Amino acid sequence: MQTVFWASGIITVIILLVIIGYILIKGLPAINLEFLLAEPIDSGESGGIAPMIVSSIYVTLVAGIVAAPLGVGAAVYLAEYAGENKVVKLIRFGAETLASIPSIVFGLFGLSFFVIFLGMGWSLFAGGLVLALMALPTIFQVAEVSIEAVPRSYREGSLALGATKWETIYRVVLPAAIPGITTGVILGLARAISEAAAIMFVVGSALSMPISIFDPGRPLPLHLYVLATEGISMENAFGTAAVMVILILIITVVTNTLVERYQKKMMGR
Amino acid sequence: MNRIEVEDLNVCFDDAHILKDINIKIPKNTVTALIGPSGCGKSTFIRTLNRMNDVISGFKHTGMIYLDGEDIYDPKIDVVDLRKKVGMVFQKPNPFPKSIFDNVAYGMKVHGISDKDVIQERVEESLKSAALWDEVKDKLDKSAMGLSGGQQQRLCIARTIAIEPEVILMDEPCSALDPISTTKIEDLIHKLKDDFTIIIVTHNMQQATRVSKYTSFFLHGEIVESNLTERLFLEPEDKRTEDYITGRFG
Repeated sequence: MQTVFWASGIITVIILLVIIGYILIKGLPAINLEFLLAEPIDSGESGGIAPMIVSSIYVTLVAGIVAAPLGVGAAVYLAEYAGENKVVKLIRFGAETLASIPSIVFGLFGLSFFVIFLGMGWSLFAGGLVLALMALPTIFQVAEVSIEAVPRSYREGSLALGATKWETIYRVVLPAAIPGITTGVILGLARAISEAAAIMFVVGSALSMPISIFDPGRPLPLHLYVLATEGISMENAFGTAAVMVILILIITVVTNTLVERYQKKMMGR
Repeated sequence: MNRIEVEDLNVCFDDAHILKDINIKIPKNTVTALIGPSGCGKSTFIRTLNRMNDVISGFKHTGMIYLDGEDIYDPKIDVVDLRKKVGMVFQKPNPFPKSIFDNVAYGMKVHGISDKDVIQERVEESLKSAALWDEVKDKLDKSAMGLSGGQQQRLCIARTIAIEPEVILMDEPCSALDPISTTKIEDLIHKLKDDFTIIIVTHNMQQATRVSKYTSFFLHGEIVESNLTERLFLEPEDKRTEDYITGRFG
């Protein structure tokens, strides 16, 4: 039986390595300094992807700034204040439902609500908001679990010293839950940063460099999608994919290192 | 003079009647031990004294508890102020995952003391009073989680002393510790009784005789007998007390 599990583990790792390896092998040759720093020429057949990298950073930042406080706030409410009642069940059910909605539906909603109804027009800001909605359930769910995992004895210790409930939450509970919350935020944003379907109707797909977040733009996954489906350049599509993979790897490794360092300091190991 | 007076205290959690007609007087600057078998209500009782039971659902009580003549369950009483006066040390050491310094400074910060010199000074004093200073003075910025269990418990005592309470409640503070750490905590209790009124719950009857002046014996949610510790152990008035301290049950 152990062999079966061992094999499952090995196969999973191999699949992962093959995919990443394939993308890097096909994509890395397209990447050079010009590719990273120049604007695209002829719809991306040549030139670079600098506006796409900036677009991706913009939408991810907007998504993070909107979704992280909202998700963590809801998690604090549910874990610390709400107890068990109908509203709580409704919020949890809402989060689960939100998580299972197909991303293209989010895109359609974003188009009709943010772009048209609220009159934001095609913009990276609207794209960021759609991605925030998508990242929200993950951030909320992981944050709630991390907050609930903080030992009761910490809370009691703080209350017994005369701290109020809120002081206990923000001075003891949240700092202790930060590693888990960070993981949740990164998980949620990693999904958002690699999303094409959710933003394709919303960001306007412009090729030029976005100056502000209220400009239209074209994040990396959308550029990749257009390059591949419109037969513009498979090489540059793979190049874009490789840049995306590397970006996500960097974000994951950097946050993991920071979280580990924080945990070490906190737990004295 | 009595620091705490409890009159006809009854405590229920939902339908379970945990404490029945508790009457006890706790004199100032003494150590009072509460002994009795598991589940007899000792811990519930001391958690009633700093209103830690308030947050548990289904908690109801009748009767009066006075701290320096003031009814602590009076609606006008601020729980935060009460807990500043009545500190608590728990069964399992529960330092926060913060630095040693921040653990001791926590209560002061919560109570609005922001003067760095005052905090610095009082952290040092508290750690000295808790007989921990020499062991940690060179690593105050290190996490408290890296300390041994006994050191962690003394840190929790230091953290409590730092807010200058009048009463310190201790809920089996040594039950998770080795004998050497236990001795250190007991020595500490001896020292602290000059400045604080200490109520200690203990399973260990030798410990009660070593540290306390008065002892109350709890059984099935009632106080069977309260007396000077020496008297209670040498000449128990109640048959049930005698059975318990001679090890016939419990």
